[in-house]
Amino acid sequence: MADTLTHTAIARVVVPKGGFGHELRATLVVWNRELIRFRRDPARVISSVIQPLLFLFVLGGGLSALVASGTGGVDFKTFLFPGVMSMSVLFTAAFAGISMVWDREFGFLREMLVAPVSTAAILTGKCLGGASVATLQAVIVILLAGLVGVPYDPLMILELLVLLFIMSFMITALGLVLASRVKQVQSAMPLVQMIITPLMFLSGALFPLSRLPAWLTVVTHINPMTYAVEPVRAVVFDRLNMSTEARAILDPGIWWGSYQVPLLLQVALVIASSLLLLLLAVKLFNRTE
Amino acid sequence: MHGSSGSAVPAVAVEKLVKTFKTVEAVKGIDLVVHPGETFGFLGPNGAGKSTTIKILCTLADATSGSARVAGFDVATERDAVRRSIGLVFQEPTLDGYLTAEQNLKFHGELYGVDKSSAAQRRKDVLEMVGLWDRKDDLVQTFSGGMRRRLEIARGLLHSPKVLFLDEPTIGLDPQTRASIWQYLGELHKREEITVFVTTHYMDEAENCDRIAIIDQGRIVALDTPEALKAGVGKDRVSIATADDVAAITALKDKFGLEAKMVEGLVTFSVAEGAAFVPQLFEKLGVAIKSVAVARPTLDDVFLNFTGTSLRDAEQKGGFNPMAARFRGR
Ligand SMILES: Nc1ncnc2c1ncn2[C@@H]1O[C@H](COP(=O)(O)OP(=O)(O)O)[C@@H](O)[C@H]1O
Ligand SMILES: [Mg+2]
Repeated sequence: MADTLTHTAIARVVVPKGGFGHELRATLVVWNRELIRFRRDPARVISSVIQPLLFLFVLGGGLSALVASGTGGVDFKTFLFPGVMSMSVLFTAAFAGISMVWDREFGFLREMLVAPVSTAAILTGKCLGGASVATLQAVIVILLAGLVGVPYDPLMILELLVLLFIMSFMITALGLVLASRVKQVQSAMPLVQMIITPLMFLSGALFPLSRLPAWLTVVTHINPMTYAVEPVRAVVFDRLNMSTEARAILDPGIWWGSYQVPLLLQVALVIASSLLLLLLAVKLFNRTE
Repeated sequence: MHGSSGSAVPAVAVEKLVKTFKTVEAVKGIDLVVHPGETFGFLGPNGAGKSTTIKILCTLADATSGSARVAGFDVATERDAVRRSIGLVFQEPTLDGYLTAEQNLKFHGELYGVDKSSAAQRRKDVLEMVGLWDRKDDLVQTFSGGMRRRLEIARGLLHSPKVLFLDEPTIGLDPQTRASIWQYLGELHKREEITVFVTTHYMDEAENCDRIAIIDQGRIVALDTPEALKAGVGKDRVSIATADDVAAITALKDKFGLEAKMVEGLVTFSVAEGAAFVPQLFEKLGVAIKSVAVARPTLDDVFLNFTGTSLRDAEQKGGFNPMAARFRGR
């Protein structure tokens, strides 16, 4: 071996006694790792952009003639736009959370969990990372807004980014909960499909929930995605010139009986679900090793 | 600093440590003390309980009973203090292949809260020590097994731990790389004030340690310096290939009063002054001898002496280890 050793002494470094600053650094570095890995994986970026495009232009384009009579004059693609944005975020964020299964398989999870920081700090970093990556991807969908008749309103874009960030934080936390239970890499993706697909169909992302049978309405009301998707749609539709009848058909809002759930309460519900899922994930990961 | 922190505080102190999995009793009551600054080896076959012991010492697993202190802190009640005091190199790899070597170290430094002003210098120091400074910007997935191990050692040292734990750091590596890893470990003491606790199932590697504990089936069967352990055997090992092994074993017993066993296909026994004994053997055995080998005592003889089987035979019999099997299969 040609590796020669130099015999200079190495200065000891100081490791502090924990505290909030240390936890924060741990959170930030886990967050940063997600961004680095995202940049290194162009295939992931491209594939996650293609899927929403297919939904928007192929499914949306194909169905628009068929459903034209029922949309009050609004292009079906325009209706679909907020839903497709939510959908792209949903899958990317779920994948970011479930990627913990790979971290376990390749041992890196142990490097994280054996450090002198709380599991909460690490998982929070993971959620922030998943949310950032998913929101970055949504930016690409937002860029297409003009093609489906949605104006590039700066305030709308800002509101969308905030809402999508919160939504993807919640879904990443859900992915982490799943990852804590799944030990096999090959069962991770099927599980994500199995959980995420119904969440998506029962969230109002692809069609208005008002048309669903009553028993399914109960399911949509306990689906946290419903409360994440509706504000996204409201923010977009607020910027469109749409008749009140069309708005009533396409965006009826969420009703608990005769009570219309206000947007801020919806956002609050999403934030609360995020925290609950994150807490659950922390509990589950604390127990695994 | 050697001793100023009080050599009274052992680097590792373990008392009556027991770990039981559902059906398996992996660790059956271990006692040991590791002194600050020494390189302590944990030698035993696969399934002996080495990794289980290390996981308890590193706060990754809870003991069923008994107690352990690392760097003066209790592993059960002072978890974070223990974690801040130790560096870890696990049996299974724990690097992120999608990050560069230096990014892996940066990640570790932040996770351990390494002081920002000295972190960059420290990264350079540890990478230079293991000869990877010029590869710092390469993705770890392009690294060979030996380079990954070296990087893991560098990372384990990054936050200046008081005790460095290495679980089979040379497993799956070629002999040359194994030797270089041990060279790094040997040089460590010249540069850092550190205690090294290392497990291995290669007896030649255990020779590099200041003291070793031999562990078999969850129990420590011997604990001393390698020299003292070998001297304690007091006998040479003679291995013979014969035309009729059963007859040879009987003849050894009847004519010389020696207990012989089949070890790795050879009739093997221990006798003082082995070389001088060989002429008598040819004269009186009465069974045709095809070859003779006489060996000075090795740690394997120590193992044989205390457990009744050779290390390699114990290895083959050893409990099935799903983790090891999984990683060997890669
Ligand atoms: N998580 C576990 N569950 C059940 N049995 C285990 C577990 N981990 C280790 N064992 C068993 O405990 C024994 C000791 O294992 P281990 O400490 O890995 O040995 P070594 O590291 O010396 O090869 C083996 O019989 C192994 O199969
Ligand atoms: Mg082991």
